[in-house]
Parts: sequence; C-alpha cells; structure tokens
Amino acid sequence: MNRRTLLASAAFALGLAGAAAAQDKIKVGFVYVGPIGDGGWTYEHDKGRLAIEAQFGDAVETVYQESVPEGADAERVMTQMALSGADLIFATSFGYMDPVINVAQKFPNVKFEHATGYKRADNVSTYSARFYEGRAVQGLIAGRMTESNIIGYIGAYPIPEVIQGINAAYIHAKQVNPDVQFKIVWAYTWFDPAKEADAATALIEQGADVILQHTDSTAPQAAAERAGNVYTFGQASDMAEYAPKPRISSIIDNWSPYYIDRVQAVIDGTWESTDTWDGIGPGMVEIGEISEAVPAEVKAEAEALIAALASGEYHAFTGPLNRQDGTPWLAEGEVADDATLLGMNFYVEGLTAEVPK
Amino acid sequence: MDLSAINPAVLAASLMVAATPILLAAIGELVVEKSGVLNLGVEGMMITGAICGFAIAVETGSPVLGFLAAMLGGAALSLVFGFLTQVLMSNQVATGLALTLFGLGFSALIGQGYVGIKPPAMAKPDLGPLADIPVLGRILFSHDLIVYLSLGLVVAVWVFLRFTRPGLILRAVGENHDAAHALGYHVVRIRLAAIAFGGACAGLGGAYLSLIRVPQWTEGMTAGAGWIALAIVVFASWRAGRVLLGAYLFGGVAVLQLNLQAAGVAVPVELLSASPYLVTILVLVIMSADRGRAALNAPASLGRVFHASN
Repeated sequence: MNRRTLLASAAFALGLAGAAAAQDKIKVGFVYVGPIGDGGWTYEHDKGRLAIEAQFGDAVETVYQESVPEGADAERVMTQMALSGADLIFATSFGYMDPVINVAQKFPNVKFEHATGYKRADNVSTYSARFYEGRAVQGLIAGRMTESNIIGYIGAYPIPEVIQGINAAYIHAKQVNPDVQFKIVWAYTWFDPAKEADAATALIEQGADVILQHTDSTAPQAAAERAGNVYTFGQASDMAEYAPKPRISSIIDNWSPYYIDRVQAVIDGTWESTDTWDGIGPGMVEIGEISEAVPAEVKAEAEALIAALASGEYHAFTGPLNRQDGTPWLAEGEVADDATLLGMNFYVEGLTAEVPK
Repeated sequence: MDLSAINPAVLAASLMVAATPILLAAIGELVVEKSGVLNLGVEGMMITGAICGFAIAVETGSPVLGFLAAMLGGAALSLVFGFLTQVLMSNQVATGLALTLFGLGFSALIGQGYVGIKPPAMAKPDLGPLADIPVLGRILFSHDLIVYLSLGLVVAVWVFLRFTRPGLILRAVGENHDAAHALGYHVVRIRLAAIAFGGACAGLGGAYLSLIRVPQWTEGMTAGAGWIALAIVVFASWRAGRVLLGAYLFGGVAVLQLNLQAAGVAVPVELLSASPYLVTILVLVIMSADRGRAALNAPASLGRVFHASN
C-alpha cells in the first residue's frame, strides 16, 4: 500500500467514525451573558460545561456563545444553536426568559434549561440556586465587620433574585448589628467593570466600609482594595485572588452536579420539565473560605449559620418579619414560601431605599 | 435622602477619572474624522490598548511602559484598518466594525493569562502644597499624569487644527481629498498618520481603564466605551472643546447618578441610569442646534474612499 492509499483509507475511516459519532453524540449548547473570563457568574457556568465534557467525554459535544445580550439577540443565538442540532440548551441568565420560551415553542424536540427564571414549558426547565442563603451568611459577617455601620450593596437589576439577596443580607446584618444601614446602587448591567468600579467607589466615598455585590465582575474588589479598609465578598465565583482582604468570603455557584444530571437525563431519555432550586445543603451554593481578616468568633458564628442553613433547621427568611411599609409578612417562627420568594418585589422593614419599579 | 453624604469635590475628582478613557478615545477619533476617515473600530482599539498596556505593565512592573505599549498596540491595530481602507480601499464602515470584533477577540486571546492579576500602581505626581488647597486641590491637583495628559491633548488638538499649517492641511484632506491631492498633498500618508494617532489615543484610553480606573484585566471590559466616544465626536460637531465637554458631562452624570442612588434620592432609578446618555445628547444637540454651522463642521469627505485617479 503506498502512502496515498494509506492516507485515503485513513481519511475514510475517520469519516466513518465521525459520522457514527455524530449520530449518538448529544450536543449541548450554552448561552452566556458575559465573557467566560469575567471571573464570576459566567466563569462558573463554563466550569459546569467543562465538567460535562470531563464526565461524558466523546459522548457529548458542547458549544457555547459568550456575551449574548438579553433580548432579541439571545433568541437568534438559541435558534442558531437549535438549528445546528443542539439537543439541550442552557440559557444562563434571567433576561433570556422570554427568548427561551419563544425558541422552545419553535423547537419542541430541543430541551431548554433556563437559569433563575420562572417560566416553564414541556421542553423548558428552570433551575436556580438559593443564593439568598449565602447572602444571609454575608450579611452576618458584614454586620459584624462594619465600623461605619454603612454597608454598600451593588445590585444588577431589581429582579426577585437580587432583592432576595438584599433582604437576606439586611436581615442577618441587622440581627448582629442593630445600627446597620444599607446603601443600594443599581448598576443596570450584569457586567461592566468600569461601572461596577464606579459604583463601589461611590459607595465607599459615602462611607460604606463593607461592599456586597450582585454583579459579575471582580472590579468592585479592585476598587475596595484600592480604597484600603473596605471588605468585600466574592460573587458567583470565589474571587480568591482578592483574599484575604478585601475579599473576606464568597458565594460560589456550583452548577456542575446539576448540569451533569441533566445531560445524563437526556442521554437516558428521562429528561422532563422540572423546577430546581437548591441551596447550601445540596451544594449548589457554596460559601468560599472565610479569610483570616475575619475574627475567629465571627467566623465561628458564620459557620454555625452555614450549618443551620445546610441542614434545613433554619430558613434565611424566618419570622417575625415585616414588609418595608410595616405590614406584617411572616409571623413568629413562620418561614417564607418559595412562591413569595420567587416573586419577591419588596424590601423588608428597616431598609430605607425603594425598590425600583 | 441624604445629599450631605455626597462631597462635591470628591465627586468632581471622580468624574474626571471616569471621563478620561472616553475623552482620550474621542479626541483621537476627532482627528481621524477631521482627516476624512470614519474609523468605527474605536472599541476594538481601546480594548487592545487595555490588554497591551496591562500585559506590559505587569511583565515589566512599569505602568509608564504599559501606557506606551498600549499606544503602540492601539496604533498598530489602527494601521491594519489604515492599510485596508487607504491602500486596499475597502469600505470604512465595514472595516471599522470588523476591527472592533477583531480587537475584542484578539484582546481576549492575549488576556487569558492575565485574569485576576493586579497591575503595578501608577505613582501620582506630588504637587505638594497645591494638592492641599481646600476643594480645588482635590479637584485639580490630585490626579494621575494621564488625566493631565488627556487635558493637554485636547488643547493641543484644538491648537493644531485651528492655528497650525499641518492642521489646515489635515482639515483640507478631510474636506476635499481630490483638491488636496491636486495641491500636491499626500492624502493617504496624512490619513494614515491621523489613523495611527487615533489608534494610539484609543489605546491609551483603554489602558487607563485597565491600569488605573478599574484596575484589572477582564474580557470585554471597555463595555461600549468606544461607541460612546464615537457618538460624542458627532454630537460635539467635531470640535475639541465640545468633545471635552461631552466626555466630562457623560462621565460626570454617570458618576453623579451612582452617588445619588447611594444617597437614596427619590428619583426613579431607571431614569438616573439612563441620565448620562440623555443629558449628554440633549446638551450637545442643543449646542449644535444651529444646523447650518454644525453641518459646516462635518468633514465633507468623511467616510469616502480616495483614489488618486478619480
């Protein structure tokens, strides 16, 4: 056999193998709201994607698209993915909700998973993490650490997920420090490092010495570091490069187990539309290491809270709690139901700002 | 509401910092457009400058070298655009858009090893007693060199375009490239120089983001600043002074609205959030409301392809 026939037969064999693999390969698409290198939200979703590849190897092919704006563009991206043969599409931001529903109607055989939303269909599941449990821990640490009693909070958009976080943090900060006051700034973007840095700087200039962020980049960490005596928490990802100070702890979103489960379900043919909302207990929300900048007794207190939340013996929203206008919300010992939390559009009593309408 | 929490001097100082990247990119683009070239790749050149500056500053430990590298990087990328549009005579709009896409991807590629690294800090010039003057000292004399450099550049560009002979030639090329060519000026060479200047300014603006304002490297970190700079050039009707005004207005309102939010002002947050765009556009549109004069300012050959045989 000369070299040419050898090459030709090799190419033929490869082609056959490729064709065979293409038939049973599951194709999984990911739509990201920011770049993978944001060090936060999208970075963690992409770790989930890599975990799928590591788990299933050649049985699965993954594709992704970064920095997809929330809105019509997302619809185009998902349509493209569905047309190119994706079996399962993860849409990883709240603002993809209506686009997901629209595209899902057009492609009944493609399965969709939408993160942090609440609209479902026969081929659309939703999944989210109980980030507010992590926020409760952050609130406790923040309330203990602040000296100016002013805590700054950078929110992305006034959606239930973010408002849950503000409330949970405030309730637990207030429990340990009755004088605490929250200043809230809305960035109206998930990812804009310059704006996030400006927001952090504005809060610091107005006296905040602990900054909580619900935006995706590490820019507020850098702003806090430059300002000096300011503490921050990693958001979505550990952001450990800013430890031990300003970053004193973090919320880490761990999507890998869920993603692997769902891909397995597609392979097994058992996938059905579900609504998943897991917290610290099942490991979807992890609390990053509490750094040495935090005194030991505060760390112990925070760890006790983490344990109580994980075991389920304590709920982050436990009464007595009033709404901001003073009307009762939860009676003594009563815990919030998921429906109220998922639609949360009010602050609890004590917060001075107003929820943007 | 607690407005007393907002310190006007601190606010003024931070608005200058917030406006500087846009100002640098816009003043560079002003010169490019005055020479009759529409380069829509500002965003791509900014982000390339941001990563070039960041990488070199981290590797050498010198922010000054970083800024130089950012200017080189921005200029080099702009010359790709220059080569395509001036020598190969491609469409400027399409090439500029492609430059932005290329810059975003290219910077993400170089930047992969630089996520989460902290750049060396740039020393601020110590202006001694000047910085201690109440209010004024904080506003005017407590900045880093690049802020002063950007203000100097605005003045220099204004003087260059208005009072110097090379400035006149550059404008002539932008107004009517055939006439300038007939007079014996090297249209393509002059435009390439303007494009490179614009690229260097955009690169410097990008590096200001990654080295001083944020300071860190994150993919896509310019997040649209280049487009704002482009818009400001048009709304400022191609005048250096108004570019400064537009950039500071935008930066100012952007910082102010965050401060107002933090102070809990009872204005709808959506309105505050949109206010930088609204205010900047409104003010500049009103200023250039005299349509006849504003139209005179637009370079007549803007975006048109030049070929010596025409």
